[in-house]
Amino acid sequence: MADAFNFELVSPERLLVSEKVSEVVIPATLGEMTVLAQHAPTMTTIKPGVVSVKLASGQVNKYVVFGGFADILPESCTLLADAAILANDLTVDTLQHRIETAQADLGKATDDEHKTRLEQFLTDLTHLNGIVVAA
Amino acid sequence: MPSLKDLKNRIASVKATQKITKAMKMVAAAKLRRAQEAAEAARPYAQRMDKVLGSLAAANAGNAGAPLLLSGTGKDQVHLLIVATGERGLAGGFNSSIVRLARDHALKLIAQGKTVKILTVGRKGNDVLRRSFKDNIVHYITFREVKQLGFAQADEVAGKVLDMFNAGEFDVATLFFARFQSVIAQVATAQQIIPAKFEAAQATDTSSSALYEYEPSEEEILEELLPKNVAVQIFRALLENNASFYGAQMSAMDNATRNAGDMINKLTLSYNRQRQAQITKELIEIISGAEAL
Repeated sequence: MADAFNFELVSPERLLVSEKVSEVVIPATLGEMTVLAQHAPTMTTIKPGVVSVKLASGQVNKYVVFGGFADILPESCTLLADAAILANDLTVDTLQHRIETAQADLGKATDDEHKTRLEQFLTDLTHLNGIVVAA
Repeated sequence: MPSLKDLKNRIASVKATQKITKAMKMVAAAKLRRAQEAAEAARPYAQRMDKVLGSLAAANAGNAGAPLLLSGTGKDQVHLLIVATGERGLAGGFNSSIVRLARDHALKLIAQGKTVKILTVGRKGNDVLRRSFKDNIVHYITFREVKQLGFAQADEVAGKVLDMFNAGEFDVATLFFARFQSVIAQVATAQQIIPAKFEAAQATDTSSSALYEYEPSEEEILEELLPKNVAVQIFRALLENNASFYGAQMSAMDNATRNAGDMINKLTLSYNRQRQAQITKELIEIISGAEAL
């Protein structure tokens, strides 16, 4: 297929995906974006959310990521996630655990900027919790 | 001259020791493979992080408003040494070589009139450094209870380091760990992590990075990535350290097993000699007794 490109999903612990894909939906900080082949070179941070990967074969895989950033080039897309798991493997417990840690961090935060960032992170996580529980 | 019974006891005890060292060697070998796999699995992330940050940093290096993590505080008065060692001993020179490197570095800095603060990760290094640098150790983190080393642990260390940096408690941070070269060679290494240094600061990349679109702005991304980079560097060091530890332990235990084998051979030889001497002595006594009749 002409419009397939390389997609890599990497977490600090391992390389999760390295495949030819036709389409990737990324939860970027400034809103969701769909990456196709020949995308303009872009670097963006991502927020906690679901990454939807459409393989060249047409199969769709979903991954849950917890923040990170993406490096997009016309012929490839690399997503460096802080933590990533297959959406099916995600349990409510792990999410809940993360929400609690984030809340604890928020309690400790002192300066406003840091606080806002953590609050945003917490909102995203709670939002994500809504999606996963509903599914 | 030890008696036959003494020799027999000693052989038995050395054999028991040999069994233990052999078992430890096997366990270390199995864990080494796992640790090596983990270190290899973490490589892609670190490499890409390096590449991205390298090009971002090259573009931002001249800016006056560049983040402190990149440009430094402009001073180098207070040094933080992060010394990562193992939780356990019985690994040959593993722990002591890291500690020695850190200690030399600390002494050199102190001689230059700098202030040295030490953060120890791992029990062994902490025990040794506490003896000579009791007042310099500001924090101690142990992963004794941790079974599988994960990114969360590195994040914990990085969080502590970044908190201290943001509070202005130090200017330069250096990380000490053992780089895993092969099963028999682990090299104690010092690596400066704050202000950040990039091995791959390619001049060619700056041209391509100019074409990038940044969402949000370049500065914001850089600001978010730099703390992450500290965690990644520490994570990589911890993984390398882990692999090195098992490598060192494996070769140390291999040596110990071989030494025990040699010792058993020697002891068995003298045991047999003595037994033969005793039999000969008894025979002589019988023969001379019979002749006397």
